[in-house]
Amino acid sequence: MSIPLPVHVGRQGESCEGVAGMAETRPDKKLEPWRDRDAKPYIRIERVTKNFGDFTAVDDVSLDIYRGEIFCLLGASGCGKTTLLRMLAGFEEPTSGRISIDGADMAGIPPYRRPVNMMFQSYALFPHMTVEQNVAFGLKQDGLPKGEIRDRVAAMLELVKLTALGGRKPHQLSGGQRQRVALARSLVKQPKLLLLDEPLGALDRKLREHTQFELVNIQEKLGVTFVVVTHDQEEAMTLASRIGVMDHGEIIQVGTPSDIYEYPTSKFVADFVGSVNLFEGHLVEDEPDHVRVECPELGGCFYVDHGVSAPPEATVWVALRPEKVFISRESPGPGGDNQVSGVIKEIAYLGDLSVYLVQLPTGRMLRVTRPNVRRQDAAFDRLTWDENVWLSWEASSPVVVTQ
Amino acid sequence: MIGRRSFLITTLMSFGFAFLYIPILSLIVYSFNESRLVTVWAGFSTKWYAELFQNEQLLNAAKLSLEVAAINATGAVILGTLAGFALSRFRRFRGRTLMTGMTSAPLVMPEVITGLSMLLLFVAMEQAFGWPAGRGVTTITIAHITFSMAYVTVVIQSRLASLDVSLEEAAMDLGARPWKVFMVITLPIIFPAILAGWLLAFTLSWDDLVITSFVSGPGSSTLPIVIFSKVRLGVSPDINALATIMVGIVAIGVVATGLYLQHQERRRERDVQAALANHG
Repeated sequence: MSIPLPVHVGRQGESCEGVAGMAETRPDKKLEPWRDRDAKPYIRIERVTKNFGDFTAVDDVSLDIYRGEIFCLLGASGCGKTTLLRMLAGFEEPTSGRISIDGADMAGIPPYRRPVNMMFQSYALFPHMTVEQNVAFGLKQDGLPKGEIRDRVAAMLELVKLTALGGRKPHQLSGGQRQRVALARSLVKQPKLLLLDEPLGALDRKLREHTQFELVNIQEKLGVTFVVVTHDQEEAMTLASRIGVMDHGEIIQVGTPSDIYEYPTSKFVADFVGSVNLFEGHLVEDEPDHVRVECPELGGCFYVDHGVSAPPEATVWVALRPEKVFISRESPGPGGDNQVSGVIKEIAYLGDLSVYLVQLPTGRMLRVTRPNVRRQDAAFDRLTWDENVWLSWEASSPVVVTQ
Repeated sequence: MIGRRSFLITTLMSFGFAFLYIPILSLIVYSFNESRLVTVWAGFSTKWYAELFQNEQLLNAAKLSLEVAAINATGAVILGTLAGFALSRFRRFRGRTLMTGMTSAPLVMPEVITGLSMLLLFVAMEQAFGWPAGRGVTTITIAHITFSMAYVTVVIQSRLASLDVSLEEAAMDLGARPWKVFMVITLPIIFPAILAGWLLAFTLSWDDLVITSFVSGPGSSTLPIVIFSKVRLGVSPDINALATIMVGIVAIGVVATGLYLQHQERRRERDVQAALANHG
């Protein structure tokens, strides 16, 4: 996947009914405890910093996660998300700051005494044990009676649909089956909090999509709080109730998937999640209900129908998502803001949608995507290379960020 | 062209194998010699084998060597595993590089020096607190453990380095304390390496001559020492018979291990194929 698709197309509906249905039925979507002032966070991370020698892996992070959430830590590799997860599991101790889970301070508590289980990126299945023995391992450590262990292992294997393979060794399983054993093993102790490190990273695309929904289903059924680490924005978007975007050890923005996508608060988030056209400019009109931003590279002004808190004369950036740009042969109106003409330089046909790179008179390229609502056959008069087109967008579409 | 090259390769290979195996082959052939003179062929006979099993001195020495080798291998594996574990798991402690270098130093140390230093230590210890009293089985075993532990450490350390640390973390995450993790997860997984280390330590001890000759005392002659001292008085054919038996045992051991590993590998491949076939 060389060109990142705007993931939101899927969420909003037409291209993938499964996704929309699944998202709709998620019960905690309505509750949104992070908007409730009285809600008590389940995990409280307060000003946590972790240094490895001179290197700061996690830098002064504060975060509240609520019961029943699927919270995704999203970031590129090396951004500190895995270190943060490992501090929750107890494999690393914070250099400074405090982590509490369900009101209890976790400082100095070793992994084997935390009410937390983890699913590892490599799955970490014990190679010398069968599937059943792997799943039973955690219960055995608690010294439960044999009968109860057998019942709970059987129930867990049924939940992940592996009952028939209980006697197999890990190397006798396919990747998807291993992933399910790892999930069963980490859930069998009925933890209040499950940490998942790139849970779907090792699976191929089709299987990944399927497993995402299974994961959400299981989470709903068991009511466990999930904290997921991933570098895959698509994974984060489909799984998460909220996403925390991380970069260089810091949390850059926390919000619901649609908050993150529609209202990024920084250039970094706008660029990291989905694809975006970014224009540097400055405010020429700054009113509470609208702003106008002049951008030399656009050769005109953006008119944005919401206010911005930025000092006058400061440099700002306007972020415009490619799917929010209309492309047409006819001029959209009498001229003015929020429209520009250009020449199509590149077209990428992706099946469900097409990506156009349009060169503006200033020389700048603007990325536009358009769903292929009509069949793109010979009879269809499609837009083609070197054609002159008009681009326009609604005043609500651009987002102004100041950093 | 290709034919000529393969002829060349065949010739080179024959020379190589001849170089390696003709000495052993001649030893085996002469062990069935009728004559008392080792280098004069006088017809086929197995009488030296019969004589060998009446030779109390050789049999006792072989028994002692076996004992020492087994105790040494066990001791070296325990110490070597602990050292290997410490070196590969505690990554960032001070002086780790120094300690790694120091554990492998005995691998390159001349045996004469190791033997001499062990002897001096044992004498000093005996004078200081009366243990070990004289030189004998105890001192031989201690000396053997000292140098073979270094080899075991290297074997175990390299196995542990390739072991996924998250296996141990997963076990801990599921509620197992560190010692339990080591016993139930780490040890079983690295068991083949431990077995290999045991066999290596056993072999090192079984054929060690130099170090043993420094620290052995009267009445504690291991098999290599007995053979060496006998050969100095002239090679006798029963030694050939003994050597042939040892070569035979080693060959059977090597072939059996090879077949077992091949079988394991085939079964593994079959399992993986089967898993991929009913994928999903």
